[in-house]
Amino acid sequence: MLQIKNLTKIYDGGVKALDNVSFDVPDGQFLAVIGLSGSGKSTLLRCINRLIEPTDGQILWNGEDITKATPEEMRRIRRKIGMVFQHFNLVHRSKVITNVLAGRLGYTNPAWGLVNRFPKSDIEKAIKQLERVGIADKANHRADELSGGQQQRVGIARALMQDPEMILADEPVASLDPVLAHSIMKHLEDINDSDGVTVLCSLHFLDLVHRYADRVVALNQGQLVFEGLPKEIDDKKFKDIYGRDAERVG
Amino acid sequence: MNNQKASPWKSIKLGLSVLFGLIVFAYGFQITKVNLEELRSETRQESLVRVTRALANPDLFEYEREEAVINQPFYTPCPENATVPTSDESGAYIVVTPACANPGEIVTVEGFNFAPYSIGPVRFVPGSDITNIVTLGRENAETDGNGHFVLEMEIPDRPSDDVQYIRATIRTNVGSPHLTKTAYDTWEKIVETVFLALLATVFGTLFAVPLSFIAARNLMKPVRSPLTSLSFSLLGWPIGMAVGIFIVRLVSQFIAPFTSNLLVNILLVLIVPALLSVVIRWALPEEDTTIPTSGLRATRFIVLVIATLIGFVWMYQFSALLMNSGNLIAPKLGVFTFLGYFLVQIGDIFQVSIPVVGALAAGSVAGNFFGKLGQNISEKLNSGTVKIINLVSSATAGATVFGLIGWLVEWLYQLGRPEYTQTGPIVIGALLGLLLALTTKPKDTLPTGLVIYYVTRTILNTLRSVEALVMAIVFVIAVGIGPFAGVMALGLHTIVSLAKLYSEQVESIQAGPLEAITATGANRLQTIIYAVVPQIVPPYISYTMYRWDINVRMSTIIGFVGGGGIGFLLQQNINLLNYRAASAQMIAIAIVVSLMDYISSVMREKVV
Repeated sequence: MLQIKNLTKIYDGGVKALDNVSFDVPDGQFLAVIGLSGSGKSTLLRCINRLIEPTDGQILWNGEDITKATPEEMRRIRRKIGMVFQHFNLVHRSKVITNVLAGRLGYTNPAWGLVNRFPKSDIEKAIKQLERVGIADKANHRADELSGGQQQRVGIARALMQDPEMILADEPVASLDPVLAHSIMKHLEDINDSDGVTVLCSLHFLDLVHRYADRVVALNQGQLVFEGLPKEIDDKKFKDIYGRDAERVG
Repeated sequence: MNNQKASPWKSIKLGLSVLFGLIVFAYGFQITKVNLEELRSETRQESLVRVTRALANPDLFEYEREEAVINQPFYTPCPENATVPTSDESGAYIVVTPACANPGEIVTVEGFNFAPYSIGPVRFVPGSDITNIVTLGRENAETDGNGHFVLEMEIPDRPSDDVQYIRATIRTNVGSPHLTKTAYDTWEKIVETVFLALLATVFGTLFAVPLSFIAARNLMKPVRSPLTSLSFSLLGWPIGMAVGIFIVRLVSQFIAPFTSNLLVNILLVLIVPALLSVVIRWALPEEDTTIPTSGLRATRFIVLVIATLIGFVWMYQFSALLMNSGNLIAPKLGVFTFLGYFLVQIGDIFQVSIPVVGALAAGSVAGNFFGKLGQNISEKLNSGTVKIINLVSSATAGATVFGLIGWLVEWLYQLGRPEYTQTGPIVIGALLGLLLALTTKPKDTLPTGLVIYYVTRTILNTLRSVEALVMAIVFVIAVGIGPFAGVMALGLHTIVSLAKLYSEQVESIQAGPLEAITATGANRLQTIIYAVVPQIVPPYISYTMYRWDINVRMSTIIGFVGGGGIGFLLQQNINLLNYRAASAQMIAIAIVVSLMDYISSVMREKVV
């Protein structure tokens, strides 16, 4: 169970990206985070694994306060939280298999990193994850030789390598075409269904939200403006979330 | 377009600025002493022509020469009764008309049957000794296709009743041209130059790479630590380094009796790594899925320390093996003696660096360990206790750091005033530490990374502003005249300038992969290896090539101050006014530099 309590983030310039946000996510839920660009979705997701340090508030995960974790504890927390990014964030010049193996770094001993060495079991596991997302044949290609959809699958395989209990997906399909978007979302759905991994996924398209999400939270200018089931988003709620001038399409 | 009318004010302004420009240039002429009059002077033009011709005629090839020396007896003034000698016409001979003359008169010298198209001097030999090497006057003879020449020469003021001589020395090139001694010297030195540049670049790169990470803002900015951790770590470093040096000394004393035997060397060098790899595999498991107990951790730590000690034993044995085997094989290698010599030197370098490695390793271990301890204290204890610990540790750390700086100042300036270099700094450091501890909240984190970043940058910039030539002067004093001083100077300059260029590349990497790798739970070292390094490999290679290029060019002149390489020869020849030899060296430099330029651009294309 993930509990966000009164989470606030104020950036150095004084911009309030998150304003007293509170909500709970039960284990195994597929939660969609929606809102306009700049509404604080990315900041919220990055506060959960402390890529961004929250200014105030608590994030409790299975009773442990992430905001108070020491660097040593943070390493153990992070390795259980996979992350998928809008721009995939692969290391372009490295091989696909190396990118996937990087997901194990939270487990491996840093000293072995100096000689770029992973245990055999990890390498086998990496191949298995690549098979799962359907690009095992690309294992020895350079990451930047892959198309966008393939790169995002590598990103998912990397997250899976962590044996995650939770996956944070920051607009995972925003730079992909609709067909690819669905295939990537299906992978996330599968991980959520068959592995029981909690998924927090920020999304732009409501049809994707309706199709995949169990529950929705919506942010507007850093404030939580909606929390509930996808089908509860009616025209009035929609205008609350996206502003007066927004029009529903599709 | 700006459609303003031309106003008189604008014209005046333009005129004034043109006038100002003229004045600036006029002053520049005065300062730089532009003076064409010098160019017009006869003597300058003559020497310029001489030097230019010498430069255009590099001393690279020469022929074996054959000399035909003909001495024609000659009287000056004309004798009263002695007979005027005639020439022997069987071989090469010269005819002087008139056959005798008064001093100061002009005679015609004609040569026959010499080698065709040859040159040589025609001189007057005073005294009656035909073998006399002292000669007077000099006219250059140049034979035509028939081996004939004609020239006029003035009889010098050496009247004598005895017979004197006029000597023609005509030289002919025989055989094919071969390289001069200058050419060989130049070759030897240019090879030295290229290797000087190569070594300096390699050493420089080795040190510049780790430095560049410390000098990169984007990597250092997130590094923050609480004051407790910082001051503990500051205390840990010097203690660790001292302990490290002490232990390495102990090990070296312990191992010294066992280093002289080559067999023991080989045995230990082979066995120890196998042993160590087993131990390290146990103490540093590849993966820890569960949190290890503190007992297990402590055991692992102790095992690692013992392994490190054994590692030092191995390092001493390894260096001894290199030196012993080098000394053994060097005399038997003939032309390849330098390989044996190389082994000895590498062994020596290795041995010298063991205490440094030991000090740095122990220092970093102690620094890290104490730092972690401080971190734990600041996390686990309550604010009040942490504040007290902070006050004490921060004051001690401040005193230590300032005390060390004071010691350095004392060493440098020999003040002999302990109140300035010992007690003073220690008290000030302690007070500053106290002040820092009082003004920061006990559990706040300080921007340690940024401080290290600024200190590193400052040192790099200061050293970078010192030209390699100036550094070479210092190193010439330290290690003597020769290429080694040049390697050190160029190497140091390479470290500081490459570290800056590299760090700017680190600062401009994509942040995305960094974020993604951090999110997997990777620690700082792993993040650098897996997210930063792959991104910076191409620019690093390209900068290293560029630096090699620069080093080749620099190493051609580092010899001017005694740093070895071809510059030493070039400067010598210029000072000796031996312009033909200097020209040969300049040509060699031009060839090497342009070749280097070409090779590095090809390699850059291939690799990047």
